[in-house]
Amino acid sequence: MAVLFALSATGAVAQVTVKDPWVRGTVAQQKATGMFAHIIAAGGGKLVAGSSPVAGVVEIHEMAMQGDVMKMRAIPGGLELPAGKAVELKPGGYHVMLMELKQQLKEGETVPVTLVVEGKDGKRENVEVKAAVKALATPAAPMQGHKH
Amino acid sequence: MSGAGPVVPSPQRGRRLWLAAAAVAVLAACSPQDSGSRAGASKFHGIDVTGADYGTDFRLADPQGRERTLADFRGKVVLLFFGFTQCPDVCPTALSRAVEVMRLLGDDGTKVQVLFATLDPERDTAELMQAYTTTFHPGFIGLRADLERTRETAKHFKVFFAKVPTGSSYTMDHTAMTYAFDPQGRLRLAIRHSATAPEMAHDLGLLLAGR
Repeated sequence: MAVLFALSATGAVAQVTVKDPWVRGTVAQQKATGMFAHIIAAGGGKLVAGSSPVAGVVEIHEMAMQGDVMKMRAIPGGLELPAGKAVELKPGGYHVMLMELKQQLKEGETVPVTLVVEGKDGKRENVEVKAAVKALATPAAPMQGHKH
Repeated sequence: MSGAGPVVPSPQRGRRLWLAAAAVAVLAACSPQDSGSRAGASKFHGIDVTGADYGTDFRLADPQGRERTLADFRGKVVLLFFGFTQCPDVCPTALSRAVEVMRLLGDDGTKVQVLFATLDPERDTAELMQAYTTTFHPGFIGLRADLERTRETAKHFKVFFAKVPTGSSYTMDHTAMTYAFDPQGRLRLAIRHSATAPEMAHDLGLLLAGR
């Protein structure tokens, strides 16, 4: 678990906490994957952008089912982070999309990702996250009722 | 024939009842809160599409370049899912669920063949399909074709897909249904993305039992 606070020169910060960040592992040649986490902005704000040395492009995406069709989109204007409320980025909902991957992401490694959060005052702050790479075959949610 | 009065259910009445039951099943299947609580209108959790005039077969190449059709998998229940490997969410979730379904089926898990057909053959090379599918399970087979046959196959299976530009790249919208074929190679079920592994294991168990 990684808990990291944003550094800012001013007092008016969104005070962002990122918990349990993880990235779905990839196989060689695979060029995209998703990062998931719980994000809490004590002062409220928006997750507007991201970057990572392992990805050429990072976007904030939402997955939604329309009928039986899966649609995935960059969220226009960013992901709203209500003050003090944990926003869950998880399979079946929001994720940070890492595209144009420069390398294979292997289980057990960590991937640095910088998240950009815009506070209510419009000031942006960078949140450095170290996301754990989990197996490509990680289920969407922990299976219930049995042990491995 | 005499005596077919109102006390005897007529074929028409029986059919109406069946249709009403089917309508209830469809409504129940549409409700996101219904998982596992259905009261037996259909024996399957998935949508029963037995006898459908679509999704009868395919001809797609495995990563070794061999053309595969349903006839190759007679005697097994086949799960067919269409997707793409750059997919961060739905595709790995569906394939992980298939692994869990096989585990839940115990010994019968060996009688399940999972096929992952790409809708993005421009990026999903044979090598990538091989590496991707076998990471989930060594027995999973990735299938691909050129763009034209991919389009034809998707159409035949009523699978929608579309490229959506994002940044300097693109992602894909696509139908996230898993199709299940019985051991005779007949399309039987369309399984929604919201279905759980235990629900699917139940359905596949019935198909393996010849139901």
